[in-house]
Amino acid sequence: MSSPVLFLLGASHHTTPLELREKLALSSERLPSFHQTAAALPGMRELAVLNTCNRVEFYGTADSIDAVRRLRETFCAFQGFPSDAYATISHEATGLSAIKHLLSVASGLDSQMLGETEILGQVKDAYADAQSRKTTGPVLNRVFQKAFQYAKYVRSHTAINEGHISVANVAVDLALKIFGDLASTRILLLGAGEIGEKTAKAFQSRGAGSLTVASRTLGRAMELATTLNATALPWEHVAAHLGEYSIVVGSTAAPDVVVTLADASAAMKTRRAEPLFFIDLALPRDIDAAVARLENVFLYNLDDLAKIAEENRAARAAEVVHARALIAEKATALWKQVESQAGGSRPV
Amino acid sequence: MLQLTDRTWLWFAAACYLAGFALGTVAVIRERKLSRAMMYFIISAGFVLQTFGLYLRGLEVKGCPLGNTFELFQFMAWSAISLYLVIGATFRLSLLGYFTSVLATALTLVSLAFPAWDVSRRTNIFGGNAWIEFHAALALFSYGVFALLTLTALMYVLQVFSLKRQHLHGLFSFLPSIRELDHIGVRLLGAGVILLTASLGVGAVYWLDDTTTVNATKLAVTVAIWFAYAALLILRLRSRLVGQRFAWWIVALFVVVLLSLPLVSGSHSSS
Repeated sequence: MSSPVLFLLGASHHTTPLELREKLALSSERLPSFHQTAAALPGMRELAVLNTCNRVEFYGTADSIDAVRRLRETFCAFQGFPSDAYATISHEATGLSAIKHLLSVASGLDSQMLGETEILGQVKDAYADAQSRKTTGPVLNRVFQKAFQYAKYVRSHTAINEGHISVANVAVDLALKIFGDLASTRILLLGAGEIGEKTAKAFQSRGAGSLTVASRTLGRAMELATTLNATALPWEHVAAHLGEYSIVVGSTAAPDVVVTLADASAAMKTRRAEPLFFIDLALPRDIDAAVARLENVFLYNLDDLAKIAEENRAARAAEVVHARALIAEKATALWKQVESQAGGSRPV
Repeated sequence: MLQLTDRTWLWFAAACYLAGFALGTVAVIRERKLSRAMMYFIISAGFVLQTFGLYLRGLEVKGCPLGNTFELFQFMAWSAISLYLVIGATFRLSLLGYFTSVLATALTLVSLAFPAWDVSRRTNIFGGNAWIEFHAALALFSYGVFALLTLTALMYVLQVFSLKRQHLHGLFSFLPSIRELDHIGVRLLGAGVILLTASLGVGAVYWLDDTTTVNATKLAVTVAIWFAYAALLILRLRSRLVGQRFAWWIVALFVVVLLSLPLVSGSHSSS
């Protein structure tokens, strides 16, 4: 029996702009028929399709590299995409290089947002899909299962996915440093702007206790409150009820501060032992900067949060070298296993 | 051949605490998560060795080893560690193991470094009275609680500093939340005050029988410390003293406690 080729073929966000990725992406309706067609190509032994918004990649084993060429032509024909254009944007690898790429992808190292974790779930889905179509065999089974294990290893042994890199999630992380658990926190959202809404959603997704929306237009506040499954508070009641909230998110378009030092001082008299966290996402600012001087009061504005997000992004980038070294080590070990599994017939 | 005396075992224990301190420092410098299990294991090993060392000393002095400054420091470190072994497992406070190892290293190494503190080994200082021995051990145990309380207060101050000054990396990234530290601080303060109150209550019964058994300095210092901690507890429960000011008071008071140890160590009547 001839040596099987372990291969990777695909295009990703690195070389393919969004408008081309849209054309390459396989819709959920078309994916099954393409998968069936591709798996039935002459010389194709195993096949898994990783189809996300940032990449369309094929992992598989074949009798020879000719089968990979046939796969490329079939894919371009299926999507109506010019072969010569695909050749300029696509990447191809075999053997150890293909394994290294899969480990990089699964670890989030190849992602647009470095270190993101969603990709691991997408790789798992791609493998499960291939399994359900019975297009995986001994090589892909081992490679994918080990890839999941090693991706977790890389994430836990590096800081590649530590520290959030979006302003909303950085704000949530800071709230966790103050309150530990968000279940008992009450959040007041001032203003009905988009960034405030995103931040409120980030808090809700991390288990925040309750959310109240206050806007200068009560109707808008009620509308957003309905969307967010929150309650609305009339704007004129904000100052009087400030002390009832643990986290106050400012995102209004007001020209002047809406929470003054006097407001915050009065609020703290009703919650002396409990911290109060102000997140000021507005420009111009909603919260008087002087409130940060108060005992048990913490204030972060948009610049502060953006700076932390940037520091986290830089810290992740600094871990890339370490992560790549781990991936190279693990990929080499896995490749040796694949080779020994193949016995006398050494995969390429 | 090395003679394994009580001090030898206490040196071994100090080495374990030092190892925990070194491990934690390396993890903090490298910004890697501290292995809580590893820290727990190292401190537990130190605790076992220290317990054995103090047991040998107890056999020698025929009672709880609280007869000189060396023994007081050792017993206080032992109390703090024993409490950490309970709290560390229950509350899973990250970094508390590291801070406890720092405290235990400091207390045990300092006590071992000054042989003069251990020159006079007073035997049977409680005159065979188990209640007096219980009173003394309970008082020192409450000091151990206050030692741990001081660590949580320091962690609180560091976390507030980190959040206010926006220094969120390194050591700061591993600190527990403000509210968690505050809650555990209040519970430790309450526990310490209850233990010290019980200790003073037991001691008072015997002191009233014979007021010459305790000198005035020891009595004044002990009552002042009890009063200060009780006042802090009341002020905190009534939200009159909160946040960083509360934390700094805790730290300052424990410094006073440490400085006053020599004053309270030598005043029991001994046989």
